[in-house]
Amino acid sequence: MSTTFKPENADQVVEAVAWAAAEAQPLEILGRGSKRGFGRPVQAAHGIDVSGLTGITLYEPQELVLSARAGTPLAEIEAALEDAHQQLAFEPADLGPLLGAGVGQGSIGGMLACNLSGPRRIKAGAARDHFLGVHAVSGRGEAFKSGGRVVKNVTGYDMCKLLAGSHGTLAVLTDVTVKVMPAPEKTRTVLLLGLDDAGALAAMTQALQSAHEVSAAAHLPASIAAGSAVSYVAGAGAAVTVLRVEGPGPSVAYRCAALRKDLSDLAGSEELHSMNSTALWRELRDVAPFVGPPERPLWRISVPPQEGPRVAAEIVGSLGAAYFYDWGGGLIWLALPGPDESASDGAAADAGAGVVRAALGAAGGHAMLVRAPEALRAAVPVFQPQDPAMAALTTRVKDGFDPKRVLNPGRMYAGV
Amino acid sequence: MRMPDPEQGIIARRAEIARALNAIVPGEGVIWDDDELRVYESDGLTAYRQAPLIVVLPETTEQVSRVLAYCQAAGVKVVPRGAGTSLSGGALPLADGVLLAMAKFNRILDIDFDNRCAVVEPGVTNLGITQAVEHAGFYYAPDPSSQIACTIGGNVAENAGGVHCLKYGLTTNNLLGLEMVLIDGTVLTLGGKHLDSEGYDLLGLMTGSEGLLGVVTEVTVRLLRKPETARAVLLGFPSAEQAGDCVAAIIGAGIVPGGMEMMDRLAIHAADDFVQAGYPRDVEALLIVELDGPRVEVDDLISRVTGIAEAHGATTSRVSNSEAERDAFWAGRKAAFPAIGRISPDYYCMDGTIPRHKLPIVLERMREMSEKYGLRVANVFHAGDGNLHPLILYDANEPGELERTEEFGAEILKLCVEVGGVLTGEHGVGVEKRDLMGAMFTETDLKHQQRVKCAFDPDALLNPGKMFPELHRCAELGRIHVSGGKLPFPDLPRF
Repeated sequence: MSTTFKPENADQVVEAVAWAAAEAQPLEILGRGSKRGFGRPVQAAHGIDVSGLTGITLYEPQELVLSARAGTPLAEIEAALEDAHQQLAFEPADLGPLLGAGVGQGSIGGMLACNLSGPRRIKAGAARDHFLGVHAVSGRGEAFKSGGRVVKNVTGYDMCKLLAGSHGTLAVLTDVTVKVMPAPEKTRTVLLLGLDDAGALAAMTQALQSAHEVSAAAHLPASIAAGSAVSYVAGAGAAVTVLRVEGPGPSVAYRCAALRKDLSDLAGSEELHSMNSTALWRELRDVAPFVGPPERPLWRISVPPQEGPRVAAEIVGSLGAAYFYDWGGGLIWLALPGPDESASDGAAADAGAGVVRAALGAAGGHAMLVRAPEALRAAVPVFQPQDPAMAALTTRVKDGFDPKRVLNPGRMYAGV
Repeated sequence: MRMPDPEQGIIARRAEIARALNAIVPGEGVIWDDDELRVYESDGLTAYRQAPLIVVLPETTEQVSRVLAYCQAAGVKVVPRGAGTSLSGGALPLADGVLLAMAKFNRILDIDFDNRCAVVEPGVTNLGITQAVEHAGFYYAPDPSSQIACTIGGNVAENAGGVHCLKYGLTTNNLLGLEMVLIDGTVLTLGGKHLDSEGYDLLGLMTGSEGLLGVVTEVTVRLLRKPETARAVLLGFPSAEQAGDCVAAIIGAGIVPGGMEMMDRLAIHAADDFVQAGYPRDVEALLIVELDGPRVEVDDLISRVTGIAEAHGATTSRVSNSEAERDAFWAGRKAAFPAIGRISPDYYCMDGTIPRHKLPIVLERMREMSEKYGLRVANVFHAGDGNLHPLILYDANEPGELERTEEFGAEILKLCVEVGGVLTGEHGVGVEKRDLMGAMFTETDLKHQQRVKCAFDPDALLNPGKMFPELHRCAELGRIHVSGGKLPFPDLPRF
């Protein structure tokens, strides 16, 4: 018999996990289920659904802090922040549509457990950089807390960092506290037209090295740009390199002009104002160019920015993939051809994992298989494979929190 | 302060251990002459002193690996040390422990402006990184006040902060990668020149772990472009409450200053007497607000900030119109600690963080405590992020005064926790606040932290006696306590 617990408070989470630990019955942890297909398939007969743990419990805009129960919809949090002209500066992606769920379905706990971020990652950090405090229940069925509600805190180990990106394999989050930031007054985007990958990298690097506080830098090859819902981008008829500038109005205007002048030797430029900028960066944040059939394997590849074009070229050379860059070249979103297209047989067998990971080479970085049919995600290492020493340490950390392997077992690595 | 009882068996084996270490790190890289050891007997928390058993100064990662593996096999404790500027006793040696001094790891390995990062050895000073890259207009953002001396390895261990944390983050937000060595000698690489962890965020976990999890041998830091300009405003208020309200209003207006510092009357006067900073002397609270960024933006924000300040009752408002003037505003703040040192034989620097709006109540309660203990206290406050540095003035030569000071300090930190804050904002727990951890954490909280320790260092040989009031054995921590285990919860909804 399969049971899904739906606790209404943290004590009931303790109760359910304690039972699971005692009976060695693995649990799949669900926030609101929007990213259920993210990671390896979890082998668990039972589930724990924390969507009943909702509500913002503290929001003090002048202290830049917000606490909420872990199952609170992110949409509810973002609406509250918007009312006070604030935001989550790390711009968490909504991966729901990409993974076959709807728009705006995720929870704050799920977002933190996956350590999401977006284009502003290069300037503002990821979820982990804004995760100030946590109450959670470990796989031992014990409630514990770490951190607090203040930004500056070095009291004990930084368990928030460990839990961010642990994909529910160490603990069930019940209450979380995050740092929030003022939203920018104005946003504009400089478009550079017609650059190839190498030229785009040079332009993005120059922009990010400048004093103009570029808050996002992406490059869309012509075929990706053509699919944008923003007409200026779609209609460019060429590759588009985009640089975002945010802040008070006069400052934004000045910096956009300065960037366009500085980069005028490299390419012709256009400028998007607030509405179009917001729409474009939301598209890129949520990887809209690759929302589509769930069978189409999608990779998220993080590399040193200067390696981006080389890595992409190596993969595309063997697999014929579509891709675009974010993070100034340091993030590659890369989609393989769908099953109806002419994918090579080798690529279909391992979703291109061999080629993708070989392309990283010695430069460092990691590749995650974000989307693929369940059977492939079970067969291919979804997260970057670890060397034996790192795998052993990962296992020991897991042992400390979840010795009976009851929390999302196998979500990240087999046996963890 | 009780440290773990030294193991006499280890102390008796000193010569043998030193010879074994000398086989790994040759020549003068191993020190065990009593006179030479005394150099290392304390760090920045000078109230505690203890000469180490032996000092080892390795020069390569391989030597670090072999030293640690040897120590684990021999059951010898190890205390890592950078420049020894810790204010919480993080590098306080042990009588039966090897002090692993990382001073010779002082090279900058790679400056990579295109990837906007630098790879350095842990013994490079914090300021040394900025000095190596400033010719190209870059800098390393975290700037603890000891930055001229403190090392980046120590910054990683303590998750060091500084005055620009609200806008630019702490050490943990400015690291990309580490090479580190576990107690069993395993060398691990965490992160690199790319973003985000591929598995568990062990880089984030290592940062601020106070030398209890591993020894850092290489650090990759983010480099930032220096802001186009920076200007500061000096604001004086008749009360700390008004100054605090002004800070809240600035942030509420969507402005995140590069730095926002507050001083109370005693700190203002001491600093002004020391460096003639030109601070107003008739105010109860002084704010320095620094805006940085593009010139057009900074000029705009400066006028907004002065407007907000006037609306909140500022009686002094001066804007810097040159770099010299900006430096002058900061001179008093930067000299605040030595300035207090001039007016008191000794002072004890505390480091709690509070929710900012609790400042008036915390200051009021500290005034009451000051009377109760008969000790003066001056306050320096990173107002933007709520990090409070009360400086308790005392005289170590007066019998009982240090003990009273420590009691006073502990009461301040407990107050910080009581109002929703934390025991330490940037100095670390170390030995200093170890026994106060129970004020903030339950036994279960601490056991979860200690299980992390067990994953890295199962024999508790790395920096024992720091951070945790009591170290449980890993075997005991590993046991799982199950109670029955049927499914009897009638009130737990399921479907």
